[in-house]
Amino acid sequence: MLKIEGLTVNYGGIKALKGIDMDVPEGKIITLVGANGAGKSTTLRSVVGLTKITSGKIYYQGQNITGKNTVDIVRSGIVLVPEGRRIFPNLTVYENLVLGGYCEKNKKIFDERLEHVCTVFPRLKERLKQKAGTFSGGEQQMLALGRALMANPKLLMLDEPSLGLAPLIVKNIFEIIQTINKSGVTVLLIEQNAKAALEIADYGYVLETGNIVLKGSGVELLSNENVRKAYLGIA
Amino acid sequence: MNIESFFQHFSNAVSLGSLYALIAIGYTMVYGILRLINFAHGDIFMLGAYFAFYCLTLFMMPWWVGFIVAIGLTACFGILIERVAYKPLRNSPKVSVLISAIGVSFLLESLGVVIFGGIQKAFPIPDIFGKVVVIAGISIVSVNFFIPIIAIICLIALMYLVNYTKTGMAMRALSKDHEAARLMGIDVDRVISYTFGLGSILAAVGGIMWGMKYPQLYPLMGLMPGLKCFIAAVVGGIGNIAGAVVGGFVIGFIEIMTVAFVPELSGYRDAFAFILLIIILLVKPNGIMGEKLAEKV
Repeated sequence: MLKIEGLTVNYGGIKALKGIDMDVPEGKIITLVGANGAGKSTTLRSVVGLTKITSGKIYYQGQNITGKNTVDIVRSGIVLVPEGRRIFPNLTVYENLVLGGYCEKNKKIFDERLEHVCTVFPRLKERLKQKAGTFSGGEQQMLALGRALMANPKLLMLDEPSLGLAPLIVKNIFEIIQTINKSGVTVLLIEQNAKAALEIADYGYVLETGNIVLKGSGVELLSNENVRKAYLGIA
Repeated sequence: MNIESFFQHFSNAVSLGSLYALIAIGYTMVYGILRLINFAHGDIFMLGAYFAFYCLTLFMMPWWVGFIVAIGLTACFGILIERVAYKPLRNSPKVSVLISAIGVSFLLESLGVVIFGGIQKAFPIPDIFGKVVVIAGISIVSVNFFIPIIAIICLIALMYLVNYTKTGMAMRALSKDHEAARLMGIDVDRVISYTFGLGSILAAVGGIMWGMKYPQLYPLMGLMPGLKCFIAAVVGGIGNIAGAVVGGFVIGFIEIMTVAFVPELSGYRDAFAFILLIIILLVKPNGIMGEKLAEKV
């Protein structure tokens, strides 16, 4: 569904990505794990056109989307939930969701999606009129996910959904991600919480200072000696 | 001061305050989404008044047609200015855009002198706005009634657009996070154009009514009202539409009432707004309605 070939990104003189290749097959959960500054966010931002690519190609459903503008990419079904959630704090929950479904002009389809998001996140339904800025971190993450679902993504990319959340909420969020995936949405997940990510992933890539150093199924990577040492804190 | 002249001053203050409010909204909306003080806004107000003048005198349109055409033209100019002078600088430092805004302001004023001429022109006031109405012995020009009514209609329309339409929501979202808005598939440039269009419409409405209240037009007429309305926006809390309205009325009232009660100060009429600005910046820099939003990370 998504294919990245030889992606390089330079920020000024710094090489953030040094030519990575990735493959995200339809219907799967793919994860990209790695430490801070490894280039995970840069990868996702490049896919949606927020970061300028130095070289390399990105294909989505067989089409070259390299260098296309963000709005067109989003409208074609790739939705990114950015790091730090980035909900609109001055807007109500309902308004945030409306903007999530901004591109859908058909009122009926829009209402169905809203209904769907409210079933996945009953907590949002209770608080549609509340200002999003008053939400707790976990609630904001649910809103960010709900807002992304309003765009009816084919490929949902999540940047550190567990960041700064309590372990119990992290568990909840990861369950929701699996549910979303089962409903037919392909998921590309990046995480510092490698264990949680690899446990739900069909396939994983390990990124280290701009290079992919390892890849394999979630189970394989979880049992890999180096991964255990470097990312899971298990000797 | 007798009660008659008090009410005359009062109606005067209400109509001036309404005009300031309409113009101040343009400053606050643009600041809200671009963090830019659009110094050309006062000159857009001037353009609105001149366009109406030419529609009525040169093209002999019925007044209401002329006003609508002038408002539409002004909106197009507002959008054009953004496209030409601000959009190419979207990723430049804020100060570059600010300098560009000041440049546009000078350009419009100078072009005004060249094209419209530096000599004052008398605004052709349609009869309906020029009548003197006598109520209980107080005579008031009818335009002073029309101004607040039209201003309120504009405000209600604007509040509806900003609060209940998708584009309005997108405008408010942009005031917090451009990148996140793009990730929703929102065409940021279009929303910005829309904002400039709305602000320019209000400035044009203000300019036309200003022309009927103070019927001399000259190319620099937007300078002082522009500055005062910028102050009104800051006083009310910049970025906040309701604040701009409050700020506009505060300045309108202070200006008219000080002169009314202390006529010796009338020569300092234009200074009050600036004194108020200094006081507000010292006492409540966020403005009357400005709030610090609690944000969670």
